[in-house]
Amino acid sequence: MIDVKNLSKSFGKHLVLDDISEHIYPGEKVVIIGPSGSGKSTFLRCLNQMEIPSSGTITFDGVDITDPKINIDLVRRKMGMVFQHFNLFNNMTIRKNITLAPIRTKLMTKEEANDTATQLLRRVGLEEKADAYPSQLSGGQKQRIAIIRALAMNPKLMLFDEPTSALDPEMVGEVLEVMKELADDGMTMAVVTHEMGFAREVGNRVLFMDEGKIVEQAPPEELFGSPKHPRLQEFLSKVL
Amino acid sequence: MMKAGEDLSFWKESFVKFYQAFILNDRWLQYLKGMGTTLMVTAMALLIGVILGILVAVIRTAHDQQRPGTGNPIGRFLLWFFNGICKIYVTVIRGTPMMVQMLIMGMVIFKTSRDFTSVGALTLGINSGAYVAEIIRGGLMSLDPGQAEAGRSLGLNYIDTMRLIVIPQAFKAILPSLGNEFIILLKDTSLITIIGGKELLDAAQGVYTRTYEQMYPLIGIALMYLALVMIFSWLQGILERRLRQSDRR
Repeated sequence: MIDVKNLSKSFGKHLVLDDISEHIYPGEKVVIIGPSGSGKSTFLRCLNQMEIPSSGTITFDGVDITDPKINIDLVRRKMGMVFQHFNLFNNMTIRKNITLAPIRTKLMTKEEANDTATQLLRRVGLEEKADAYPSQLSGGQKQRIAIIRALAMNPKLMLFDEPTSALDPEMVGEVLEVMKELADDGMTMAVVTHEMGFAREVGNRVLFMDEGKIVEQAPPEELFGSPKHPRLQEFLSKVL
Repeated sequence: MMKAGEDLSFWKESFVKFYQAFILNDRWLQYLKGMGTTLMVTAMALLIGVILGILVAVIRTAHDQQRPGTGNPIGRFLLWFFNGICKIYVTVIRGTPMMVQMLIMGMVIFKTSRDFTSVGALTLGINSGAYVAEIIRGGLMSLDPGQAEAGRSLGLNYIDTMRLIVIPQAFKAILPSLGNEFIILLKDTSLITIIGGKELLDAAQGVYTRTYEQMYPLIGIALMYLALVMIFSWLQGILERRLRQSDRR
């Protein structure tokens, strides 16, 4: 589904991603873990060109999306992204947050978008918040809205950039629950997270990144059960 | 009504001076006309200032936020070129006194024009544009970049993202500064008197060159400016409260 070849990214002289090649298959749930500063968020943000890679190519659905000539907006409509800080549009109601992109991009009519929004809100149990503003919601509620806002575009791939890191501990569960349901529905997902429980339960494959490289990758049982690389062993001993 | 050399009590004298300054020969009409010009010049200058300000701010921000390696070379060159012009404009306007700009416009560039009021409004507008541009740019830059990222990640284009997400939020944030700029503009209209514009200060000068009594006309117009500013501050307060709706918890 998405194929990454020799991806490098540097900010000034600082090399953040060092020659990464990776492939994500349809329906796969890839979880990316690693210490902070290891480049995992940058890697994820390169996948939808929020960060422009310094070199290398990324092919999504047969299109090289690193080509400056392609219309990146069309590509991004097929890739949802969920941010650490939710980034709901503060000047709009929840319903407007969800329906804005589908209507503006002519994916849906206003009525269709409203129906979709209602359905999605029901799915996460927040129908009564449709006319509220983001500032009236808790962090967990905001993140659930952010997830369905991305889903309203019917994406083929969902990117999650530390979706629970900015939440109060008691709200982490409700967001992970929504993500698990999404995974069970067969969505292709790439998730950067510190939630090892989630990685173990939902991930098909876990990537461990350190210093801009994917140091080790394996299915979760194997990666958590018998880590090989000393850097991964050290990391796991600290977080588990 | 008054005999030369006659001694008057304080109250009587005050009344006579007040009468001279505002009522005799229907002079209050001159003030009213002056106030009308003041408001008109403010409105014209505001319009010019806001249009210029938005234009400059958008060019400067678009230049600073463009994705490297995208767009066609001609577009990139034009953006670079106009960004340079905008920078020079802001630097020159902010770096020279308003009064000097007014004199240059009135006595050098539009030397032959007799329409002093319009020249004055144009000068004020050009001046205000530089400040408005920096206010708007500050507003656009201060907004959490995550808002724009979220818009772009959903597949909205740059213009839609700016128009629907960034600018409405930035506008709310900069409203107090814009209101302040508007008030400065309203008061700065008095400067067009120096090139012959007929606004409120000119009306006062017209009166005291006849009566040789400066206090009543000058204090009078000061109070008129103050009243205008207070009315607009009040209106601005109402607007701010309305825009704050989405912040309510």
